[in-house]
Amino acid sequence: MFLVFIEIREGKVKKSSLEALAEARRRAEELGWPVAAAIFGSGLEVQAPLLFSHGANKVVFLEGESLADYSPEVYAFHLAELIKEIQAEAVFFAATAMGRDLAPRLAARLGVSLASDCTKVSVVNGDLEFVRPIYAGKAFLTLRLKNKPRVATLRPNVFPLASDFGQEGEVSRRQVQATYSRPASRVTEVLREEGAELDVTEAEVVVSGGRGMKAAENFNLLRELCRLIPRSAVGASRSAVDSGWIGHQHQVGQTGKTVCPNLYLAFGISGAIQHLAGMSGSKVVVAVNKDPEAPIFKIADLGVVADLFQVIPHLQAELKKVLTE
Amino acid sequence: MNILVFVKRVPDTESRIRVSPDGLRIVEEGLNFIISPYDEYAVEEALRLREAKGGKVTAVSVGPEEALLILRKCLAMGADEALLVKDTSPETFDGLRTAEAIASLVRTKFPDFDLLLFGKQSFGADNGQVPAMVAELLQVPQVNVVVKLQVEGKQGVAFREVEGAQEKVTFPLPAVISAQKGLNEPRYETLKGIMAAKRKEIPVIPVEEIVSAAKLQPGVEVVKVEPPAAKQAGRVIQLPPEEAAREIVRFLREEAKVL
Ligand SMILES: Cc1cc2nc3c(=O)[nH]c(=O)nc-3n(C[C@H](O)[C@H](O)[C@H](O)COP(=O)(O)OP(=O)(O)OC[C@H]3O[C@@H](n4cnc5c(N)ncnc54)[C@H](O)[C@@H]3O)c2cc1C
Ligand SMILES: Nc1ncnc2c1ncn2[C@@H]1O[C@H](COP(=O)(O)O)[C@@H](O)[C@H]1O
Repeated sequence: MFLVFIEIREGKVKKSSLEALAEARRRAEELGWPVAAAIFGSGLEVQAPLLFSHGANKVVFLEGESLADYSPEVYAFHLAELIKEIQAEAVFFAATAMGRDLAPRLAARLGVSLASDCTKVSVVNGDLEFVRPIYAGKAFLTLRLKNKPRVATLRPNVFPLASDFGQEGEVSRRQVQATYSRPASRVTEVLREEGAELDVTEAEVVVSGGRGMKAAENFNLLRELCRLIPRSAVGASRSAVDSGWIGHQHQVGQTGKTVCPNLYLAFGISGAIQHLAGMSGSKVVVAVNKDPEAPIFKIADLGVVADLFQVIPHLQAELKKVLTE
Repeated sequence: MNILVFVKRVPDTESRIRVSPDGLRIVEEGLNFIISPYDEYAVEEALRLREAKGGKVTAVSVGPEEALLILRKCLAMGADEALLVKDTSPETFDGLRTAEAIASLVRTKFPDFDLLLFGKQSFGADNGQVPAMVAELLQVPQVNVVVKLQVEGKQGVAFREVEGAQEKVTFPLPAVISAQKGLNEPRYETLKGIMAAKRKEIPVIPVEEIVSAAKLQPGVEVVKVEPPAAKQAGRVIQLPPEEAAREIVRFLREEAKVL
């Protein structure tokens, strides 16, 4: 049996959890295993059909007062209990902030090693094999885990969604009493960043600016492009972040975030190796830079030698035209 | 406060990474090694907490003899003591193995700790596993990817980075914290610090002494290590701005089909 942890934020299922679910289902079909999805929290029954259609054969709701707020200690404890009971042989998480926090805690509780941030999963000789970037994407590691269950986190935006698995499945509900008695952390407040609906790691399109943007207020040009493009977010190079033009949570690269959107639009970014480390997994890269020798052109699918301040207004007009048609 | 900070010796992030001929590891010869970048934020935070609240900071690394160098750097920055858990095995990419060593060390040698500070992720393994694993093994709370930390007595408040937001987390001490960039600005070593660090003795404990042979067996089997697939360079165009914009949109819709 496969178990997939389903993350809920603001009452909604995370898209990256559905990606992990679909990938689990694809591998499970090769292995002949059923797939269960685990959800924490109450009043979420409405989500069951969505999870069935995206690959779950069974949905387990873990309900209880102590589960309303995320706590890695409490969640890992109850997940481990469930895993032992249903004898899950593999457990997948989306490699989101929550998944990255929870999966290693759970793995340690189960006494097993963990495959973090995987970009490929396959079945070889009846066992799961994982591929993941190491050295900030300068190399890739193919690994197998020696102990069961196999626990892995899957990088968002890499695994395709699938929603044609039908609307039927089994639902089970578990009332969880407050059995976790050890000291635990508790999220008491979520401070949303203004205007940042979508994180760069989750965006399907990243509109990124570098030192060539010249000033903080010019990032508004990129924010305006984002308003036109669905599921997009603003990214930045470290130079832009270090200049104080935009927050570090937008930084893409070795000491920032690793993104793999469908489209990466780079404006005024030279393409230093540390920046490429964070975005070279993008499916399509378009770069605008006034220097024809900029290294970013070596990896761009389309490179445009031009002044970004001259191109962006036209790009905005053109996008408005085609996207509102 | 009794603070431990965990630092890993890793290749300089500027390094060109090459795969060994057997395809099972990277070539370490000729690489320059440094303290893993996020670990510096952890060291700095430990020092600031000690400066504000008193107590002691001990820097610990699990790794080869050469890791003494990064421990000396921690001493030069201001750590009171350092300790090497000597482990000569090459990179295993197995967070649990390291976490077992750290948890066992803390249990036996530092049972009265208040805080264990880590980097959020080590360069190389890129796992982001060890802090949460140690926290679970020791049955203490964890807050990962922290950009702000406050401690008052036996109670802590940390702000951790999540998608498009920060979570404010309260936790009781003792606890595990892992540092994200932005937590602080790490200080440079002073000449005086460097000189003092040279004279300090750094105890070395063989990892075999604190972890059973069974737990030293990695739970990760390396099948292969490969360089990334080379990306084909695309087209570079030079057109007047308006035409360039039109060409970008046409490319995205008709060729790349992403809009
Ligand atoms: C340990 C370490 C970690 C690092 N981590 C990261 C990281 O995570 N992310 C990261 O991005 N960097 C990182 N760096 C920094 C990296 O080496 C580069 O310095 C940085 O990426 C450069 O940012 P940039 O491309 O915006 O600036 P620059 O290299 O200065 O490039 C600016 C570009 O803008 C172009 N330009 C200027 N004006 C215009 C205009 N009007 N129109 C069009 N183009 C214009 C220029 O031609 C130039 O190519 C790291 C460095 C180190 C040492
Ligand atoms: N060998 C090690 N010795 C000391 N600390 C380590 C070691 N490996 C990992 N860590 C700590 O755990 C953090 C996360 O590492 P990782 O789980 O490997 O990404 C690092 O930033 C270090 O603080």
